[in-house]
Amino acid sequence: MMADVHLPITLPRVFPDLPRRLDLDAASVDDAIDQLDHRWPGMRDRLCESRQTLRPHINVFVDRERADLGTRLGPDSRLDVIAAISGG
Amino acid sequence: MAKTMLLVGTRKGLFVFESDDRRDWSIRGPYCDGWPIYHAIHDPESGDIYAAAASEWHGAGVWRSSDLGETWQLSSEGLGYSDGGELKLSKISGLTVAHGRLLAGAESVGVFESGDRGASWSLLSTLDGQPGRTIWNDHANQPPGHLGMPAILPDPDQADRFWVIVQGQGVFETDDGGSSWTPRNQGLRADWPREFDDVGFCVHKLVMAPTDHSRMFQQNHCGMHRSDDGGHSWSEITEGLPSDFGFGAAVHPHDRDTFYVIPLDPGHGRTMPDGHAAVWRTRDAGSSWQRLDDGLPHQHAYLGVLREGLAIDADDSPGLYFGTSTGQVFASTDEGDHWTELAGYLPAIASVEVATLDA
Repeated sequence: MMADVHLPITLPRVFPDLPRRLDLDAASVDDAIDQLDHRWPGMRDRLCESRQTLRPHINVFVDRERADLGTRLGPDSRLDVIAAISGG
Repeated sequence: MAKTMLLVGTRKGLFVFESDDRRDWSIRGPYCDGWPIYHAIHDPESGDIYAAAASEWHGAGVWRSSDLGETWQLSSEGLGYSDGGELKLSKISGLTVAHGRLLAGAESVGVFESGDRGASWSLLSTLDGQPGRTIWNDHANQPPGHLGMPAILPDPDQADRFWVIVQGQGVFETDDGGSSWTPRNQGLRADWPREFDDVGFCVHKLVMAPTDHSRMFQQNHCGMHRSDDGGHSWSEITEGLPSDFGFGAAVHPHDRDTFYVIPLDPGHGRTMPDGHAAVWRTRDAGSSWQRLDDGLPHQHAYLGVLREGLAIDADDSPGLYFGTSTGQVFASTDEGDHWTELAGYLPAIASVEVATLDA
């Protein structure tokens, strides 16, 4: 089983062949971002301010609970990456 | 026939204007997925367009197009400071290309270089050891607009010599590619107490005369200034202007004494005084100034123009172009004597640059 990963609409516009949702065999949020960065170089910098922290207006949820880079992913987990809804 | 291209960086992406005759224009965009664009330039050697961007969600980077805007790639590889350090890169503010090297000024204050057309970057300098350096990145000292390095001015003759602006501190020059620096603020005025003799000046825009590289002009928070010795010393030339404050500035491509500025109200508004839009020109190196407003709105026009918002081309009869913080672009093809509006409803404009392309 794989984690069900959902990404914000802003990312495929930077990485043209990136789907909005995909399956990843990842152990944690950090691992999932590593895998995304491997397939779409530069992805980590779009989501993380540093190696340890997400960008201030990027939120991640695992199984609909607020999460961070260290949050574990189970085989049936859903990972939502949300760009903050602020802005105009 | 040569084509004229304007690169208009806005709060919601980059727009490209093109014209074969500087009268009829086509407009393309927005590009860069609507990311806020703070400055965009064209490299005449490679033909690339580079756009400095910062997204509230996805951070800072530089977009590159090698086909005049049809396709774009974003890179921020190497654009950053060390994890856990005092500096955080929140914005790329200014770009310049010269001598086969692309340079980017950043906030927090730092200059980055790329030797591979923007695919990757490396930190060149954070001006360590300069007076004021220990406090200018302190968040407690940051005003609402924050302070960074908004501009880099290359020396056309020496690859390792360039000048940078550190906001609120002044101009610094290097002649060894960024290894060492010298403040170049002698003669400038500041209307506030300063901790150090040679820094603490608020330089908004620095330009060099293409026909005489020792002749520079700067729009400062406190007045217009001229240098005749490559920035070693400055003399104020504000008298005759309606305000000592503004951001945009441009030098005539063929005449070292002709120079353009857009004075603004220095208060909260930071718009053209009395709602009367005008560009001001000197033809005698700042001894006297003329208001140029034919074709510009004369009332209820509270237009702001930012530091990269005024550009000039190198035609025999130079064209001038400026973009406003309310989304208008105005142009003149007769050295500022007459103006026409090219666009009226773009997003807020941060930068306008002009390039002439061979057909």
